[in-house]
Amino acid sequence: MLAVWIVIGIIAILIIAFIAIYNSLVRLRNQVKNAWAQIDVQLKRRHDLIPNLMETVKGYMKHERETLEAVTKARTLAQQVASASPGERGKVEGELSSALNRLLAVAERYPDLKASQNFLALQEELASTENKISFSRQFYNDSVLNYNNKTQMFPSNVIAGMAGFKAGEFFEVTVAAEKEAPKVSFT
Amino acid sequence: MWEQVRSNQTRSAILVVWMGVLLLLLGYFLGLYFFDSSIGGLIFALILWVIMSLVAYFQGDSILLAMSGARKISRDDHPRLYNIVEEMKIASGLEAMPSIYIVDDPAMNAFATGRDPKKASVTVTSGLLQKLNRDELQGVVGHEMAHIKNRDVLLMAMCSVLLGTIVLLAWYASRFMLFGGMGRTRRSSSSGGGAGQIIIIVVAIALMILAPIMAQLIYFAVSRKREYLADASSALYTRYPDGLASALEKLAASTNQLKSANQATAPMYTVNPFRKRGRAAENLTSTHPPISERIRILRSMSGASFADYATAYQEVRHTNKVVIPAAAVAAAGTMALRAPEAEAPEKVDEVQRTRETSNLMWNLNKYNTITCACGTNLRLPPNFKLPEVRCPHCGRINPV
Repeated sequence: MLAVWIVIGIIAILIIAFIAIYNSLVRLRNQVKNAWAQIDVQLKRRHDLIPNLMETVKGYMKHERETLEAVTKARTLAQQVASASPGERGKVEGELSSALNRLLAVAERYPDLKASQNFLALQEELASTENKISFSRQFYNDSVLNYNNKTQMFPSNVIAGMAGFKAGEFFEVTVAAEKEAPKVSFT
Repeated sequence: MWEQVRSNQTRSAILVVWMGVLLLLLGYFLGLYFFDSSIGGLIFALILWVIMSLVAYFQGDSILLAMSGARKISRDDHPRLYNIVEEMKIASGLEAMPSIYIVDDPAMNAFATGRDPKKASVTVTSGLLQKLNRDELQGVVGHEMAHIKNRDVLLMAMCSVLLGTIVLLAWYASRFMLFGGMGRTRRSSSSGGGAGQIIIIVVAIALMILAPIMAQLIYFAVSRKREYLADASSALYTRYPDGLASALEKLAASTNQLKSANQATAPMYTVNPFRKRGRAAENLTSTHPPISERIRILRSMSGASFADYATAYQEVRHTNKVVIPAAAVAAAGTMALRAPEAEAPEKVDEVQRTRETSNLMWNLNKYNTITCACGTNLRLPPNFKLPEVRCPHCGRINPV
Protein backbone atom coordinates (compact mmCIF):
# COMPACT_ATOMS: atom_id res chain seq x y z
CA MET A 1 0.00 0.00 0.00
CA LEU A 2 2.78 2.36 1.01
CA ALA A 3 4.63 1.76 -2.27
CA VAL A 4 1.53 2.75 -4.24
CA TRP A 5 1.26 6.00 -2.36
CA ILE A 6 4.91 6.75 -2.92
CA VAL A 7 4.55 6.15 -6.64
CA ILE A 8 1.45 8.36 -6.77
CA GLY A 9 3.31 11.02 -4.81
CA ILE A 10 6.28 10.96 -7.18
CA ILE A 11 4.01 11.20 -10.20
CA ALA A 12 2.16 14.13 -8.66
CA ILE A 13 5.42 15.92 -7.93
CA LEU A 14 6.59 15.33 -11.50
CA ILE A 15 3.36 16.71 -12.92
CA ILE A 16 3.51 19.78 -10.72
CA ALA A 17 7.15 20.36 -11.66
CA PHE A 18 6.28 19.99 -15.32
CA ILE A 19 3.49 22.56 -15.08
CA ALA A 20 5.67 25.00 -13.16
CA ILE A 21 8.57 24.78 -15.60
CA TYR A 22 6.30 24.95 -18.63
CA ASN A 23 4.58 28.04 -17.28
CA SER A 24 7.82 29.77 -16.47
CA LEU A 25 9.04 29.05 -20.02
CA VAL A 26 5.86 30.58 -21.42
CA ARG A 27 6.24 33.60 -19.18
CA LEU A 28 9.83 34.17 -20.27
CA ARG A 29 8.93 33.75 -23.92
CA ASN A 30 6.14 36.28 -23.58
CA GLN A 31 8.53 38.68 -21.94
CA VAL A 32 10.86 38.33 -24.93
CA LYS A 33 7.96 38.99 -27.31
CA ASN A 34 6.86 41.97 -25.29
CA ALA A 35 10.37 43.40 -25.18
CA TRP A 36 10.69 42.93 -28.90
CA ALA A 37 7.44 44.77 -29.49
CA GLN A 38 8.88 47.73 -27.62
CA ILE A 39 11.95 47.84 -29.86
CA ASP A 40 9.70 47.51 -32.87
CA VAL A 41 7.67 50.55 -31.81
CA GLN A 42 10.82 52.65 -31.52
CA LEU A 43 12.26 51.46 -34.83
CA LYS A 44 8.99 52.34 -36.56
CA ARG A 45 8.99 55.70 -34.88
CA ARG A 46 12.42 56.37 -36.29
CA HIS A 47 11.31 55.37 -39.77
CA ASP A 48 8.40 57.79 -39.46
CA LEU A 49 10.62 60.65 -38.36
CA ILE A 50 12.92 60.45 -41.35
CA PRO A 51 10.62 61.90 -44.07
CA ASN A 52 10.03 64.88 -41.79
CA LEU A 53 13.74 65.30 -41.27
CA MET A 54 14.38 65.11 -45.02
CA GLU A 55 11.74 67.74 -45.67
CA THR A 56 13.30 70.09 -43.13
CA VAL A 57 16.87 69.51 -44.17
CA LYS A 58 16.37 69.60 -47.94
CA GLY A 59 15.96 73.35 -48.17
CA TYR A 60 19.25 74.02 -46.37
CA MET A 61 21.49 71.22 -47.57
CA LYS A 62 21.39 71.60 -51.31
CA HIS A 63 24.86 70.17 -51.86
CA GLU A 64 24.57 67.02 -49.81
CA ARG A 65 22.52 64.86 -52.13
CA GLU A 66 24.58 61.75 -51.48
CA THR A 67 24.23 61.95 -47.72
CA LEU A 68 20.50 62.50 -47.98
CA GLU A 69 20.04 59.68 -50.45
CA ALA A 70 21.99 57.30 -48.23
CA VAL A 71 19.53 57.95 -45.40
CA THR A 72 16.48 57.52 -47.63
CA LYS A 73 17.89 54.32 -49.07
CA ALA A 74 18.75 52.89 -45.66
CA ARG A 75 15.26 53.72 -44.46
CA THR A 76 13.59 51.98 -47.41
CA LEU A 77 15.75 48.94 -46.84
CA ALA A 78 14.95 48.92 -43.12
CA GLN A 79 11.24 49.12 -43.84
CA GLN A 80 11.45 46.22 -46.25
CA VAL A 81 12.85 43.88 -43.62
CA ALA A 82 10.46 45.13 -40.94
CA SER A 83 9.18 41.62 -40.24
CA ALA A 84 12.53 39.84 -40.48
CA SER A 85 14.42 38.25 -37.58
CA PRO A 86 16.07 40.46 -34.94
CA GLY A 87 19.56 39.57 -36.15
CA GLU A 88 18.86 40.64 -39.71
CA ARG A 89 17.08 43.81 -38.68
CA GLY A 90 19.93 44.77 -36.41
CA LYS A 91 22.29 44.93 -39.38
CA VAL A 92 19.98 47.06 -41.52
CA GLU A 93 19.03 49.38 -38.65
CA GLY A 94 22.72 49.78 -37.91
CA GLU A 95 23.23 51.07 -41.43
CA LEU A 96 20.36 53.49 -40.98
CA SER A 97 21.92 54.70 -37.74
CA SER A 98 25.25 55.38 -39.38
CA ALA A 99 23.61 57.16 -42.33
CA LEU A 100 21.69 59.35 -39.88
CA ASN A 101 24.80 60.08 -37.85
CA ARG A 102 26.59 61.16 -40.99
CA LEU A 103 23.70 63.44 -41.91
CA LEU A 104 23.64 65.04 -38.46
CA ALA A 105 27.41 65.50 -38.56
CA VAL A 106 27.15 67.25 -41.92
CA ALA A 107 24.33 69.42 -40.60
CA GLU A 108 26.87 70.97 -38.23
CA ARG A 109 28.17 72.94 -41.20
CA TYR A 110 24.86 74.73 -41.76
CA PRO A 111 24.31 77.36 -39.08
CA ASP A 112 20.91 78.36 -40.47
CA LEU A 113 19.73 74.78 -40.25
CA LYS A 114 21.09 74.40 -36.71
CA ALA A 115 19.15 77.48 -35.62
CA SER A 116 15.88 76.21 -37.07
CA GLN A 117 13.37 75.35 -34.34
CA ASN A 118 11.94 72.61 -36.47
CA PHE A 119 15.32 70.98 -36.90
CA LEU A 120 16.12 71.24 -33.19
CA ALA A 121 12.85 69.54 -32.32
CA LEU A 122 13.51 66.79 -34.84
CA GLN A 123 17.03 66.35 -33.56
CA GLU A 124 15.71 65.92 -30.03
CA GLU A 125 13.17 63.38 -31.26
CA LEU A 126 15.80 61.44 -33.16
CA ALA A 127 18.26 61.44 -30.27
CA SER A 128 15.55 60.33 -27.89
CA THR A 129 14.35 57.59 -30.21
CA GLU A 130 17.93 56.42 -30.51
CA ASN A 131 18.16 56.30 -26.71
CA LYS A 132 14.90 54.44 -26.44
CA ILE A 133 16.09 51.90 -28.99
CA SER A 134 19.24 51.27 -27.02
CA PHE A 135 17.41 51.09 -23.67
CA SER A 136 14.78 48.73 -24.98
CA ARG A 137 17.47 46.68 -26.71
CA GLN A 138 19.09 46.16 -23.36
CA PHE A 139 15.84 45.03 -21.85
CA TYR A 140 15.17 42.75 -24.81
CA ASN A 141 18.61 41.13 -24.82
CA ASP A 142 18.33 40.57 -21.11
CA SER A 143 14.98 38.85 -21.55
CA VAL A 144 16.42 36.72 -24.35
CA LEU A 145 19.35 35.72 -22.17
CA ASN A 146 17.03 34.68 -19.35
CA TYR A 147 14.82 32.73 -21.72
CA ASN A 148 17.70 31.03 -23.50
CA ASN A 149 19.30 30.03 -20.24
CA LYS A 150 16.06 28.43 -19.23
CA THR A 151 15.69 26.53 -22.49
CA GLN A 152 19.24 25.20 -22.29
CA MET A 153 19.59 24.29 -18.65
CA PHE A 154 18.53 21.05 -17.03
CA PRO A 155 15.79 20.15 -16.23
CA SER A 156 13.86 22.83 -18.09
CA ASN A 157 15.65 22.02 -21.36
CA VAL A 158 13.87 18.65 -21.45
CA ILE A 159 10.49 20.29 -21.33
CA ALA A 160 11.57 23.05 -23.71
CA GLY A 161 12.64 20.39 -26.18
CA MET A 162 9.39 18.46 -25.85
CA ALA A 163 7.14 21.51 -26.13
CA GLY A 164 9.17 23.16 -28.88
CA PHE A 165 10.52 26.27 -27.17
CA LYS A 166 13.17 27.65 -29.51
CA ALA A 167 16.03 29.84 -28.40
CA GLY A 168 15.56 33.57 -28.93
CA GLU A 169 17.76 35.75 -31.07
CA PHE A 170 19.72 38.72 -29.75
CA PHE A 171 19.32 42.17 -31.24
CA GLU A 172 22.55 44.01 -31.91
CA VAL A 173 22.75 47.26 -33.80
CA THR A 174 26.22 47.60 -35.27
CA VAL A 175 26.78 51.21 -36.14
CA ALA A 176 29.51 51.54 -38.72
CA ALA A 177 30.18 55.05 -37.43
CA GLU A 178 33.25 57.16 -38.12
CA LYS A 179 34.42 54.57 -40.65
CA GLU A 180 34.10 56.99 -43.49
CA ALA A 181 34.25 60.60 -42.47
CA PRO A 182 32.12 62.90 -44.60
CA LYS A 183 34.18 64.23 -47.45
CA VAL A 184 34.39 67.95 -47.88
CA SER A 185 34.59 69.03 -51.45
CA PHE A 186 35.12 72.57 -52.60
CA THR A 187 33.89 72.34 -56.15
CA MET B 1 18.65 42.92 -13.76
CA TRP B 2 15.17 44.35 -13.66
CA GLU B 3 14.17 42.06 -10.84
CA GLN B 4 12.76 43.72 -7.77
CA VAL B 5 15.40 44.32 -5.20
CA ARG B 6 13.88 41.90 -2.75
CA SER B 7 16.26 41.55 0.15
CA ASN B 8 16.69 45.28 0.56
CA GLN B 9 12.93 45.42 0.54
CA THR B 10 12.81 42.92 3.40
CA ARG B 11 15.29 44.86 5.48
CA SER B 12 13.30 48.04 5.05
CA ALA B 13 10.14 46.12 5.88
CA ILE B 14 11.72 44.94 9.14
CA LEU B 15 12.43 48.52 10.11
CA VAL B 16 8.82 49.40 9.36
CA VAL B 17 7.68 46.51 11.54
CA TRP B 18 9.78 47.97 14.35
CA MET B 19 7.96 51.24 13.93
CA GLY B 20 4.67 49.38 14.13
CA VAL B 21 5.80 47.67 17.32
CA LEU B 22 6.70 51.07 18.72
CA LEU B 23 3.24 52.39 17.91
CA LEU B 24 1.55 49.40 19.55
CA LEU B 25 3.75 49.71 22.64
CA LEU B 26 2.84 53.35 22.90
CA GLY B 27 -0.85 52.52 22.52
CA TYR B 28 -0.58 49.72 25.08
CA PHE B 29 0.93 51.85 27.84
CA LEU B 30 -1.11 54.94 27.13
CA GLY B 31 -4.19 52.71 27.33
CA LEU B 32 -3.07 51.44 30.72
CA TYR B 33 -2.41 54.95 31.87
CA PHE B 34 -5.57 56.63 30.66
CA PHE B 35 -8.27 53.97 30.56
CA ASP B 36 -6.76 51.32 32.84
CA SER B 37 -7.11 49.02 29.86
CA SER B 38 -4.24 48.05 27.62
CA ILE B 39 -6.57 46.57 25.01
CA GLY B 40 -8.43 49.88 24.69
CA GLY B 41 -5.17 51.71 24.02
CA LEU B 42 -4.06 49.10 21.51
CA ILE B 43 -7.34 49.27 19.63
CA PHE B 44 -7.31 53.06 19.65
CA ALA B 45 -3.77 53.18 18.22
CA LEU B 46 -4.64 50.57 15.61
CA ILE B 47 -7.79 52.38 14.46
CA LEU B 48 -5.92 55.65 14.17
CA TRP B 49 -3.17 53.93 12.18
CA VAL B 50 -5.60 52.17 9.84
CA ILE B 51 -7.57 55.35 9.11
CA MET B 52 -4.44 57.35 8.39
CA SER B 53 -3.00 54.55 6.27
CA LEU B 54 -6.17 54.32 4.21
CA VAL B 55 -6.19 58.06 3.61
CA ALA B 56 -2.52 57.99 2.64
CA TYR B 57 -2.99 54.94 0.45
CA PHE B 58 -5.94 56.20 -1.54
CA GLN B 59 -5.48 59.96 -1.38
CA GLY B 60 -1.77 60.34 -0.69
CA ASP B 61 -0.77 61.04 -4.30
CA SER B 62 -3.36 63.71 -4.90
CA ILE B 63 -2.76 65.32 -1.52
CA LEU B 64 0.98 65.46 -2.14
CA LEU B 65 0.57 66.84 -5.66
CA ALA B 66 -2.01 69.39 -4.57
CA MET B 67 0.16 70.50 -1.65
CA SER B 68 3.14 71.10 -3.87
CA GLY B 69 1.06 72.98 -6.45
CA ALA B 70 2.09 70.64 -9.24
CA ARG B 71 0.61 70.94 -12.72
CA LYS B 72 0.26 68.05 -15.12
CA ILE B 73 1.88 68.52 -18.51
CA SER B 74 1.51 66.67 -21.77
CA ARG B 75 4.00 65.65 -24.40
CA ASP B 76 3.61 68.86 -26.41
CA ASP B 77 4.24 71.10 -23.43
CA HIS B 78 7.80 69.93 -23.03
CA PRO B 79 8.85 67.22 -25.52
CA ARG B 80 12.34 66.83 -24.08
CA LEU B 81 11.17 66.11 -20.56
CA TYR B 82 8.53 63.75 -21.88
CA ASN B 83 11.13 61.91 -23.96
CA ILE B 84 13.48 61.60 -21.02
CA VAL B 85 10.76 60.17 -18.81
CA GLU B 86 9.82 57.74 -21.55
CA GLU B 87 13.44 56.70 -21.98
CA MET B 88 13.74 56.00 -18.29
CA LYS B 89 10.44 54.16 -18.31
CA ILE B 90 11.84 51.86 -20.99
CA ALA B 91 15.20 51.49 -19.28
CA SER B 92 13.63 50.58 -15.94
CA GLY B 93 11.16 48.18 -17.53
CA LEU B 94 8.19 49.93 -15.93
CA GLU B 95 4.91 48.80 -17.50
CA ALA B 96 3.13 52.12 -17.74
CA MET B 97 4.19 55.63 -18.58
CA PRO B 98 4.05 57.80 -15.44
CA SER B 99 2.33 61.16 -15.70
CA ILE B 100 4.55 64.22 -15.55
CA TYR B 101 4.01 67.24 -13.32
CA ILE B 102 5.74 70.61 -13.06
CA VAL B 103 6.05 72.78 -9.96
CA ASP B 104 6.67 76.43 -10.72
CA ASP B 105 9.55 76.99 -8.33
CA PRO B 106 13.11 78.21 -8.97
CA ALA B 107 14.41 75.68 -6.44
CA MET B 108 15.81 72.56 -8.06
CA ASN B 109 14.15 69.35 -6.98
CA ALA B 110 12.03 66.44 -8.11
CA PHE B 111 9.82 63.80 -6.55
CA ALA B 112 7.84 60.72 -7.48
CA THR B 113 4.45 59.49 -6.35
CA GLY B 114 2.44 56.39 -7.04
CA ARG B 115 1.69 53.52 -4.70
CA ASP B 116 1.15 51.44 -7.80
CA PRO B 117 3.91 51.54 -10.44
CA LYS B 118 1.15 51.51 -13.05
CA LYS B 119 -0.29 54.80 -11.84
CA ALA B 120 2.83 56.69 -10.91
CA SER B 121 3.91 60.24 -11.53
CA VAL B 122 7.15 62.17 -11.71
CA THR B 123 7.28 65.82 -10.68
CA VAL B 124 10.10 68.24 -11.40
CA THR B 125 10.44 71.91 -10.55
CA SER B 126 10.78 74.51 -13.28
CA GLY B 127 14.16 75.43 -11.78
CA LEU B 128 15.37 71.93 -12.53
CA LEU B 129 14.24 72.17 -16.14
CA GLN B 130 16.14 75.42 -16.56
CA LYS B 131 19.44 74.51 -14.97
CA LEU B 132 20.02 70.90 -15.97
CA ASN B 133 21.15 69.66 -19.35
CA ARG B 134 19.75 66.53 -20.91
CA ASP B 135 22.09 64.03 -19.26
CA GLU B 136 21.62 65.55 -15.84
CA LEU B 137 17.85 65.65 -16.16
CA GLN B 138 17.96 62.04 -17.25
CA GLY B 139 19.91 61.13 -14.13
CA VAL B 140 17.38 62.83 -11.88
CA VAL B 141 14.40 61.31 -13.66
CA GLY B 142 16.15 57.92 -13.45
CA HIS B 143 16.46 58.39 -9.69
CA GLU B 144 12.75 59.14 -9.37
CA MET B 145 11.87 56.26 -11.66
CA ALA B 146 13.91 53.98 -9.40
CA HIS B 147 11.80 55.11 -6.44
CA ILE B 148 8.71 54.06 -8.36
CA LYS B 149 10.23 50.82 -9.62
CA ASN B 150 11.63 49.78 -6.23
CA ARG B 151 8.27 50.54 -4.61
CA ASP B 152 9.88 53.11 -2.36
CA VAL B 153 6.97 55.45 -2.77
CA LEU B 154 4.52 53.13 -1.08
CA LEU B 155 7.04 52.11 1.57
CA MET B 156 7.89 55.69 2.46
CA ALA B 157 4.24 56.72 2.46
CA MET B 158 3.35 53.93 4.87
CA CYS B 159 6.41 54.77 6.91
CA SER B 160 5.51 58.43 7.21
CA VAL B 161 1.96 57.50 8.18
CA LEU B 162 3.32 55.37 11.02
CA LEU B 163 5.58 58.18 12.09
CA GLY B 164 2.71 60.62 11.90
CA THR B 165 0.46 58.38 13.99
CA ILE B 166 3.09 57.96 16.68
CA VAL B 167 3.80 61.67 16.83
CA LEU B 168 0.10 62.51 16.93
CA LEU B 169 -0.63 59.99 19.66
CA ALA B 170 2.30 61.06 21.81
CA TRP B 171 1.47 64.73 21.38
CA TYR B 172 -2.17 64.42 22.41
CA ALA B 173 -1.33 62.07 25.26
CA SER B 174 1.20 64.50 26.67
CA ARG B 175 -1.36 67.31 26.49
CA PHE B 176 -3.93 65.19 28.30
CA MET B 177 -1.41 64.24 30.95
CA LEU B 178 -0.41 67.84 31.58
CA PHE B 179 -3.78 69.51 31.51
CA GLY B 180 -6.34 66.76 32.14
CA GLY B 181 -4.76 64.82 34.97
CA MET B 182 -7.94 64.75 37.08
CA GLY B 183 -9.52 61.73 35.45
CA ARG B 184 -6.37 59.81 36.08
CA THR B 185 -6.11 60.53 39.82
CA ARG B 186 -9.77 59.70 40.40
CA ARG B 187 -9.39 56.35 38.74
CA SER B 188 -6.15 55.44 40.43
CA SER B 189 -7.75 55.59 43.87
CA SER B 190 -10.34 53.05 42.84
CA SER B 191 -7.90 50.62 41.29
CA GLY B 192 -5.74 50.83 44.37
CA GLY B 193 -2.40 51.23 42.60
CA GLY B 194 1.06 50.81 44.02
CA ALA B 195 4.47 50.04 42.58
CA GLY B 196 2.82 48.66 39.42
CA GLN B 197 1.00 51.92 38.85
CA ILE B 198 4.18 53.94 39.14
CA ILE B 199 5.99 51.70 36.67
CA ILE B 200 3.16 52.12 34.19
CA ILE B 201 3.27 55.89 34.58
CA VAL B 202 7.04 56.01 34.12
CA VAL B 203 6.98 53.72 31.08
CA ALA B 204 4.09 55.67 29.54
CA ILE B 205 5.87 58.98 29.95
CA ALA B 206 9.17 57.56 28.68
CA LEU B 207 7.46 56.11 25.64
CA MET B 208 5.64 59.34 25.01
CA ILE B 209 8.94 61.17 24.81
CA LEU B 210 11.09 58.52 23.18
CA ALA B 211 8.72 56.88 20.71
CA PRO B 212 8.48 59.86 18.34
CA ILE B 213 12.26 60.30 18.36
CA MET B 214 12.95 56.63 17.76
CA ALA B 215 10.31 56.45 15.04
CA GLN B 216 11.91 59.44 13.37
CA LEU B 217 15.35 57.82 13.45
CA ILE B 218 13.99 54.60 11.98
CA TYR B 219 12.21 56.62 9.34
CA PHE B 220 15.43 58.39 8.41
CA ALA B 221 17.31 55.12 8.25
CA VAL B 222 14.78 53.62 5.87
CA SER B 223 14.80 56.74 3.75
CA ARG B 224 18.59 56.91 3.42
CA LYS B 225 18.81 53.27 2.38
CA ARG B 226 16.32 53.90 -0.39
CA GLU B 227 18.23 56.96 -1.59
CA TYR B 228 21.44 55.00 -2.14
CA LEU B 229 19.54 52.31 -3.97
CA ALA B 230 17.78 54.88 -6.15
CA ASP B 231 21.12 56.47 -7.04
CA ALA B 232 22.53 53.07 -7.98
CA SER B 233 19.45 52.29 -10.06
CA SER B 234 19.62 55.63 -11.81
CA ALA B 235 23.21 54.91 -12.80
CA LEU B 236 22.15 51.51 -14.03
CA TYR B 237 19.24 52.85 -16.08
CA THR B 238 21.09 55.74 -17.66
CA ARG B 239 24.45 53.94 -17.80
CA TYR B 240 25.91 57.36 -17.11
CA PRO B 241 26.40 58.05 -13.38
CA ASP B 242 28.21 61.31 -14.13
CA GLY B 243 24.89 62.76 -15.31
CA LEU B 244 23.26 62.35 -11.92
CA ALA B 245 26.48 63.36 -10.17
CA SER B 246 26.72 66.66 -11.99
CA ALA B 247 22.99 67.24 -11.46
CA LEU B 248 23.52 66.74 -7.73
CA GLU B 249 26.42 69.18 -7.82
CA LYS B 250 24.17 71.81 -9.33
CA LEU B 251 21.46 71.02 -6.81
CA ALA B 252 23.91 71.29 -3.94
CA ALA B 253 25.15 74.64 -5.17
CA SER B 254 21.72 76.17 -5.57
CA THR B 255 20.51 78.25 -2.66
CA ASN B 256 16.81 78.27 -3.36
CA GLN B 257 14.66 76.44 -0.85
CA LEU B 258 11.57 74.73 -2.05
CA LYS B 259 8.51 76.63 -0.91
CA SER B 260 6.02 73.82 -0.97
CA ALA B 261 7.91 71.06 0.88
CA ASN B 262 7.32 70.10 4.49
CA GLN B 263 8.73 67.53 6.91
CA ALA B 264 6.22 64.88 5.89
CA THR B 265 6.98 65.07 2.20
CA ALA B 266 10.76 65.56 2.46
CA PRO B 267 11.85 61.97 1.71
CA MET B 268 9.97 62.05 -1.59
CA TYR B 269 12.39 64.54 -3.07
CA THR B 270 15.68 63.87 -4.85
CA VAL B 271 17.66 65.95 -2.40
CA ASN B 272 16.51 66.88 1.06
CA PRO B 273 14.57 70.14 0.59
CA PHE B 274 15.50 71.27 4.12
CA ARG B 275 19.20 70.73 3.99
CA LYS B 276 21.19 73.63 5.37
CA ARG B 277 24.29 74.65 3.57
CA GLY B 278 27.58 73.57 5.09
CA ARG B 279 25.98 71.08 7.43
CA ALA B 280 26.64 67.68 6.00
CA ALA B 281 27.42 65.92 9.28
CA GLU B 282 23.92 65.42 10.62
CA ASN B 283 23.92 61.94 9.27
CA LEU B 284 21.60 60.30 11.75
CA THR B 285 18.89 62.91 11.49
CA SER B 286 18.70 63.41 7.78
CA THR B 287 16.30 61.83 5.32
CA HIS B 288 18.99 61.88 2.66
CA PRO B 289 22.65 60.85 2.68
CA PRO B 290 25.06 63.80 2.48
CA ILE B 291 24.93 65.06 -1.07
CA SER B 292 28.73 65.37 -1.42
CA GLU B 293 29.06 61.73 -0.55
CA ARG B 294 26.45 60.70 -3.09
CA ILE B 295 28.34 62.68 -5.73
CA ARG B 296 31.69 61.13 -4.83
CA ILE B 297 30.25 57.62 -5.00
CA LEU B 298 28.70 58.26 -8.40
CA ARG B 299 31.87 59.88 -9.71
CA SER B 300 34.08 56.97 -8.72
CA MET B 301 31.98 54.31 -10.40
CA SER B 302 33.93 52.39 -13.01
CA GLY B 303 30.87 50.82 -14.62
CA ALA B 304 27.14 51.32 -14.43
CA SER B 305 26.07 48.15 -12.63
CA PHE B 306 24.97 47.66 -9.02
CA ALA B 307 28.27 45.91 -8.33
CA ASP B 308 30.18 49.00 -9.44
CA TYR B 309 28.05 51.19 -7.19
CA ALA B 310 28.59 48.89 -4.23
CA THR B 311 32.37 48.98 -4.77
CA ALA B 312 32.41 52.74 -5.13
CA TYR B 313 30.31 53.06 -1.98
CA GLN B 314 32.81 51.03 0.03
CA GLU B 315 35.74 52.97 -1.37
CA VAL B 316 34.30 56.38 -0.67
CA ARG B 317 32.99 55.58 2.78
CA HIS B 318 35.95 53.38 3.77
CA THR B 319 33.67 50.69 5.10
CA ASN B 320 32.86 47.11 4.35
CA LYS B 321 29.18 47.79 4.77
CA VAL B 322 27.07 46.42 1.96
CA VAL B 323 24.79 49.06 0.54
CA ILE B 324 23.19 46.86 -2.07
CA PRO B 325 22.33 43.27 -1.21
CA ALA B 326 24.43 40.59 -2.86
CA ALA B 327 21.41 39.02 -4.55
CA ALA B 328 20.60 42.22 -6.39
CA VAL B 329 24.23 42.71 -7.42
CA ALA B 330 24.42 39.21 -8.82
CA ALA B 331 21.14 39.60 -10.70
CA ALA B 332 22.20 42.91 -12.21
CA GLY B 333 25.26 41.58 -13.99
CA THR B 334 27.74 43.94 -15.55
CA MET B 335 27.01 47.06 -17.49
CA ALA B 336 29.43 49.32 -19.30
CA LEU B 337 29.24 53.09 -19.06
CA ARG B 338 28.05 55.01 -22.05
CA ALA B 339 29.48 58.19 -23.51
CA PRO B 340 27.84 61.48 -22.59
CA GLU B 341 24.98 62.58 -24.79
CA ALA B 342 26.24 63.61 -28.21
CA GLU B 343 26.78 67.28 -28.75
CA ALA B 344 23.36 67.69 -30.32
CA PRO B 345 21.09 68.16 -27.29
CA GLU B 346 23.84 70.04 -25.50
CA LYS B 347 23.19 72.85 -27.94
CA VAL B 348 20.05 73.51 -25.99
CA ASP B 349 21.93 75.80 -23.64
CA GLU B 350 20.73 77.40 -20.46
CA VAL B 351 19.35 80.51 -22.12
CA GLN B 352 17.25 78.41 -24.39
CA ARG B 353 16.16 76.12 -21.58
CA THR B 354 15.10 79.11 -19.52
CA ARG B 355 13.07 80.44 -22.43
CA GLU B 356 11.52 77.04 -22.98
CA THR B 357 10.60 76.68 -19.35
CA SER B 358 9.10 80.12 -19.01
CA ASN B 359 7.11 79.53 -22.19
CA LEU B 360 5.85 76.36 -20.63
CA MET B 361 4.80 78.17 -17.46
CA TRP B 362 3.03 80.92 -19.46
CA ASN B 363 1.14 78.27 -21.39
CA LEU B 364 0.25 76.31 -18.27
CA ASN B 365 -1.16 79.49 -16.77
CA LYS B 366 -3.29 79.87 -19.91
CA TYR B 367 -1.63 83.05 -21.10
CA ASN B 368 -2.24 83.89 -24.72
CA THR B 369 0.95 84.53 -26.69
CA ILE B 370 0.95 86.83 -29.69
CA THR B 371 4.08 87.41 -31.70
CA CYS B 372 4.23 90.94 -33.05
CA ALA B 373 5.73 91.61 -36.47
CA CYS B 374 8.72 93.24 -34.77
CA GLY B 375 9.54 89.97 -33.03
CA THR B 376 8.21 90.85 -29.58
CA ASN B 377 6.19 88.21 -27.77
CA LEU B 378 3.13 89.65 -26.09
CA ARG B 379 1.74 87.60 -23.20
CA LEU B 380 -1.90 88.23 -22.49
CA PRO B 381 -3.42 87.00 -19.22
CA PRO B 382 -6.47 84.73 -19.54
CA ASN B 383 -8.80 87.51 -18.36
CA PHE B 384 -7.69 89.90 -21.11
CA LYS B 385 -10.86 90.75 -23.03
CA LEU B 386 -9.98 93.61 -25.46
CA PRO B 387 -10.12 92.79 -29.19
CA GLU B 388 -6.67 94.17 -29.95
CA VAL B 389 -3.44 95.07 -28.19
CA ARG B 390 -0.74 97.60 -28.91
CA CYS B 391 2.84 96.37 -29.00
CA PRO B 392 4.85 98.34 -26.42
CA HIS B 393 7.97 97.89 -28.50
CA CYS B 394 7.06 99.17 -31.96
CA GLY B 395 3.54 100.53 -31.49
CA ARG B 396 1.84 98.21 -33.96
CA ILE B 397 -1.74 97.22 -33.19
CA ASN B 398 -2.14 93.43 -33.02
CA PRO B 399 -5.51 91.69 -33.10
CA VAL B 400 -6.02 89.32 -30.23
